[in-house]
Amino acid sequence: MSEKKNWPLWEIFIRSKNGLNHKHVGSLHAADAKMAIENARDVYTRRMEGVSIWVVESEHITASSPNQSESLFDPANDKVYRHPTFYNLPDEVKHM
Amino acid sequence: MTAPTDYAHLEDQFQARIDAEEKIEPKDWMPDKYRKTLIRQISQHAHSEIVGMLPEGNWVTRAPSLRRKVALLAKVQDEAGHGLYLYGAAETLGAERDDLLDELHSGNAKYSSIFNYPTLSWADIGAIGWLVDGAAIMNQVPLCRCSYGPYARAMVRVCKEESFHQRQGYEIMLTLARGTEAQKKMAQDALNRWWWPSLMMFGPNDAESKHTAQSMAWKIKRFTNDELRQRFVDITAPQAEFLGLTIPDEHLKYNEETGHYDFGPINWDEFWQVVSGEGPCNRQRLKARRRAHEEGQWVRDAALAHAEKRRQRQAAKNNQKVA
Repeated sequence: MSEKKNWPLWEIFIRSKNGLNHKHVGSLHAADAKMAIENARDVYTRRMEGVSIWVVESEHITASSPNQSESLFDPANDKVYRHPTFYNLPDEVKHM
Repeated sequence: MTAPTDYAHLEDQFQARIDAEEKIEPKDWMPDKYRKTLIRQISQHAHSEIVGMLPEGNWVTRAPSLRRKVALLAKVQDEAGHGLYLYGAAETLGAERDDLLDELHSGNAKYSSIFNYPTLSWADIGAIGWLVDGAAIMNQVPLCRCSYGPYARAMVRVCKEESFHQRQGYEIMLTLARGTEAQKKMAQDALNRWWWPSLMMFGPNDAESKHTAQSMAWKIKRFTNDELRQRFVDITAPQAEFLGLTIPDEHLKYNEETGHYDFGPINWDEFWQVVSGEGPCNRQRLKARRRAHEEGQWVRDAALAHAEKRRQRQAAKNNQKVA
């Protein structure tokens, strides 16, 4: 052992209370998933910040690249007709 | 390799984003120097949290009551947590945890020089919470708006947790200051020893600070060392007065004209001496860190071996099912 083999990195997601999404809070090192959850409890929920924890080994996350931003997100820019304010209705029309 | 003109162009674009108060995230393009500066600053900050556990750990077993003991334990545990948030933020920039620790253990990396002073009495725990955490908060609150997203987010968590640290420290000082003559004397002695090192925590004067200008331009830093130091003195002087204790500075005086407290010259020779490794406890602190790391090696190895064994067993089981 010990030729600098290290615990892998895990990304931590916490649900702060039921009814809300799990949200990324940071990362930590752990030997396996069980330890990642235990460590996440100690590092990220010392003050009742969570009711549920997800852990994912960082290497399993595929992220979009900032270079792709234009091709991914720009097409939404010119589609104002996807928003309710695009449509003009007279004030007399209620509840819409 | 990026051609020099392209690089200059990218740098301009980067600076424009910073000027527009956009946050920089890990995968965004950034100048090498921005990355290096952040790795240096964030890892030093992380080291400070970790080494900062040592002077206080000294008093965990000797806290005067259970109430004080659980508070101190929680504070020290928070500092471990803060170190971990910060190492995590440094790792988003491509730094390896092991390399960062090696830098600390070899004495190449710096950490806040204040932790190289000894904690001689219980009152020191009060003074550390009040002054050292107070100074740290003064530094850290503007870092919540730092241009690098992961660092800023880590600082938001740290600042939220740290205000309890300062309050518990001040409460200790208040109890001692209202106690017996001997207790009051102990509190005054702690203030005498921790005051000047706390002012040094803000770093060299602006004229001497080689990183300040660039860090301000990159919005890593929002205020200069001297601005933050002045703010700390302005806030802390009345707090000392409330305790009935005397700040050990004959020049300290409220200046009606400026609306700030004037204060005496800082002994920068002492500061540089401690930074360069010659403070009262530098060797002791590093020795304790190295020892903890070395003695924990077998635990880290064993946990990894155990995880590997379980993985193999699970794989074998899955294969059997398929067969």
